[in-house]
Amino acid sequence: MADKSMIGKTGKPFTMPVEWSKVREFARAIKDPNPLYFDPELAKRESGGIPVPVTFLQTAVFWQDDSSSPGMGGFDIRRILHGEQDFELLKPILVGDTLTGVAKVADLYEKEGGRGGKMTFLVVETEYKNQKGEKVAIARSTLIETGQAVKA
Amino acid sequence: MPAKLKFDQVKVGESVPDSITNGVTRPDFVRYAGASGDFVPLHYDQTFVEMAGIPTVFAQGMFTAGLLSKCLTDYVGIGQVRRFKVRFATRVWPGDVVTCRGKVTGKKEANGEKLIEGDLEAVNQKGEAAIKGSFVAACA
Repeated sequence: MADKSMIGKTGKPFTMPVEWSKVREFARAIKDPNPLYFDPELAKRESGGIPVPVTFLQTAVFWQDDSSSPGMGGFDIRRILHGEQDFELLKPILVGDTLTGVAKVADLYEKEGGRGGKMTFLVVETEYKNQKGEKVAIARSTLIETGQAVKA
Repeated sequence: MPAKLKFDQVKVGESVPDSITNGVTRPDFVRYAGASGDFVPLHYDQTFVEMAGIPTVFAQGMFTAGLLSKCLTDYVGIGQVRRFKVRFATRVWPGDVVTCRGKVTGKKEANGEKLIEGDLEAVNQKGEAAIKGSFVAACA
């Protein structure tokens, strides 16, 4: 059941250092050989440092725990679908930055679905600031728990 | 940050060039799991997916979104993307050929930047959309 009282609940702030090894590993995983991720000298000249891939903030899960991830308790991972993902990238994020993220339950609601039965939608919005206190990004994630496992 | 596009030269209706991945693999999903921290077993654990009534493992939506983001940054330049939004439709299975592509739908100036906006999609070899998305990116 969707517990509406969860809406607006925020998690504890979490700290996320932006590390080169993780950026390289992520760039390889998304099959992006762009040298800006792999050549620090080039990246320094062109970008002022090694930049991060567009979807890199997904790796925040490595730095979050239950106390900083509101709303996920009670979801059954066999029935979870990732519905939508939205990134607003406000300022550059570079290797060496230390980000602080705060996740908030932006919405929680139910809908009658088709093949999966009743569906619960959870929208989590995470705001990131850098070490200078500048807001650098907002990530918005919509997760769906289906009433039963969705068959292929 | 290196902008690849000159605002004045971008035409509305212009295509974001295709980026094709010929046959995604289970090791691709495992590599993405390790890189991203998404360890939902639906994407690598055959025993688990069969128990959930699904024939085999399938790609993390964000793996395919990553391929799509690379298609976009190849076009606009790294560091130029201001918004990247994706909605997941059909699943991507091992062996699928994923074509990422897009189109510029508008141009505007905001916050002192010259911006283009457009649509993105990742489609499989049957032409079904795995992802529908949109973007905003800054130009020189």
